[in-house]
Amino acid sequence: MDDTVKGTKLLKTKHLLGIKGMCREDLELILQTSESFKQVLDTPNKKVAALKGVTVVNMFFENSTRTKISFEMAEKRLSADVVNFAASSSSLKKGETLIDTAKNIEAMKIDMVVMRHSTPGAHKMLMDNLNSIIINAGDGAHEHPTQAILDLMSIVQKKPNLKGKRVTLVGDIVHSRVAMSNIHALKLYGAKVQVCGPSTLIPKDIEKMGVEVTYDLDEAIRNSDVMNILRIQLERHVGASFPSLREYHNYWGITNEKLARAKNDILILHPGPMNRGVEIDDDVADGDHQVILDQVLNGVASRMAILYLLSANIGGAK
Amino acid sequence: MKRMINNISLCEPLYKTLPKKVLIKNGTVIDPFSEKEYESDILISNGKIEKIAKNIKAEKGCEEIDAKGLFVSPGFFDMHVHLREPGYEQAENFVSGTNAAMAGGVTALAAMANTTPCVDNKFVYNDIKSRVKGLLVDVHQIPAVTIRREGKTIVEMTELVEAGAPAFSDDGSGIRSSETMKGALEYAKMFGTPILVHPEDHTFAEGVMNESLSSTELGMSYIPAIAESINVARDIEIARYVDGTVHFQHVSVKESIELVRKAKKEGLKVTCEVTPHHFSLTDDMVRTFSTDYKMNPPLRTQEDVDAVHKALKDGTIDAIATDHAPHPSEKKNVEFDFAPFGVLGLETMFSAGITYLVRKKKLSLMEFLKKITVNPRKILNLEADMIKKGKTAELVIFDKDKKWKVDRRKLNSLSINTCFHDDTHYGKVLYTINNGKIFKA
Repeated sequence: MDDTVKGTKLLKTKHLLGIKGMCREDLELILQTSESFKQVLDTPNKKVAALKGVTVVNMFFENSTRTKISFEMAEKRLSADVVNFAASSSSLKKGETLIDTAKNIEAMKIDMVVMRHSTPGAHKMLMDNLNSIIINAGDGAHEHPTQAILDLMSIVQKKPNLKGKRVTLVGDIVHSRVAMSNIHALKLYGAKVQVCGPSTLIPKDIEKMGVEVTYDLDEAIRNSDVMNILRIQLERHVGASFPSLREYHNYWGITNEKLARAKNDILILHPGPMNRGVEIDDDVADGDHQVILDQVLNGVASRMAILYLLSANIGGAK
Repeated sequence: MKRMINNISLCEPLYKTLPKKVLIKNGTVIDPFSEKEYESDILISNGKIEKIAKNIKAEKGCEEIDAKGLFVSPGFFDMHVHLREPGYEQAENFVSGTNAAMAGGVTALAAMANTTPCVDNKFVYNDIKSRVKGLLVDVHQIPAVTIRREGKTIVEMTELVEAGAPAFSDDGSGIRSSETMKGALEYAKMFGTPILVHPEDHTFAEGVMNESLSSTELGMSYIPAIAESINVARDIEIARYVDGTVHFQHVSVKESIELVRKAKKEGLKVTCEVTPHHFSLTDDMVRTFSTDYKMNPPLRTQEDVDAVHKALKDGTIDAIATDHAPHPSEKKNVEFDFAPFGVLGLETMFSAGITYLVRKKKLSLMEFLKKITVNPRKILNLEADMIKKGKTAELVIFDKDKKWKVDRRKLNSLSINTCFHDDTHYGKVLYTINNGKIFKA
């Protein structure tokens, strides 16, 4: 392996299917390793040989720009051989099964699979049927663990001790894998987690996860140390439980005017892609509190760390 | 041309012809109709009960079954089964399905109409009737309520009732139009025939599991409790309005149960059934992502399961029925969102009841047996007083305490989608007798 990153520690988890069930030590090791890789990205060469000879397949059964590029970039910076496979999961439904597709690809000798899929738990099927290391790049509204890890990294860089700090996820919680993974990760770090949005976008019984719920954005702005603004999926919502984007922006969109009531050092995150003028205004998206482009860079660094640390299990995942 | 049925050559009927005289010795007869339990022998002659008495002496040439330590009960009735024939014979057919039934002690069943073609006219109905003749298990085909189960035009009920239909059901889909439901209940009232309702308001139910903390954490689309209960509430109102007879299939949430309880108190002609999976499992099982836990209605919360237990005990829930829904493994072994709804039930109905109700003291053995023998037959207006001289010997001999492990590979169904795989069950059927035929486990 490479000299730049010397790690003797191993992750307890063999795959990365979700944050739920992970331990804090694993997250700490990933964040620590991510910082080392971030330094690599600052060097002129930007590249290490850590995954030389390792083949990673990116299977994307749902549209993705950022996550896919980020993973591909991370894999290439680690010198892995990268293969991309994209299809809609609905085409899978008609023809070859997911298991057959994945087994065929694995038969060509691969080591790791990064997958995005519309169905929660699709990764568990892969794990049960393949020998490769599986990394979840998003499964329906279930989990998006690498997003939670890069969010956590971006928060911890500014606020190293999260214990007792209140982090609010704003917006479409019910359809959000980012929300679920963030909740699990933040709670492992001792943060108070709050969700805020219109009642129809807050899923049932979420308070039983130890999460505070408010519909009032002003209250959330006043009491939060960090706000993670989730994307409103424009194509999905307007209908029986969502009146209009106009109303959403007026009551739950983050504007500089509303932020005036926030703590001075409030941190604003957005997992992207942003709908400017809907959930977030220009002056906030480009303002002093946001760390949105840090998140993007941290995304590459943390995915390098995850790929690298999990590669220790290649050949012995089961 | 020879008639072809997929897979039928792969499964032969598992029953044998019953010897001319059979004597069941030393068993404990348990009769849910008279609610009596007593030590007695039963002599069967030419497939009919000839004598019920203690210490019957075996005549020459009489075959004896030693039932010492075993119970002898009327054959079980599963009033909610999908036999998949015609149309989906790779999942199940009349032979494999009834093999599964007799292995579970089920001597009679009601088959739902969501086949291809749909059973929505006398011609399909009579064709099925002729093809299930001569089996050990009595298959009562239930025709659809509406043409192609589309919820619009009601079927030719008079003709179908004349042909022998005991009830009607669009099971698999709820009937959206209140007007159609009113028409169906009002029309069927002429014959005293119940409408079996699959209570589901599809404008709610676009999901794959129950709406709960589990669906929130799993990020799965959900079918809320109200998708069921709102339909139960509506159809109780319609039944009241037209003085019709309505039976709710597979109730699964406490809200529906409470509505049925109130309707019964008012004296309305309302009954309901529950499936074994809804009295034994909760939606926590979906956390395994196994599609063996994908069914509709979905598994619900522990609170709902508790309400089911209470309602079974107080009689609000009349019957236990399996919603036996075979699917071939290639259809089930896919992503959770894409898998069809439904699980097997026939072979585990009895053992699930013993394991999760009787042994856990939710019901007595007698109370449990009533819900799989007398009550479903009464709901469908069929003869329920069965342990009597001169009646067809339609009997089950079972060991209440025998422990066994459910193994999907050993089930007799063509499909393997049981939600009880690897589960330890108690209660095993050893003999199933009906129509002059006998199945031995």
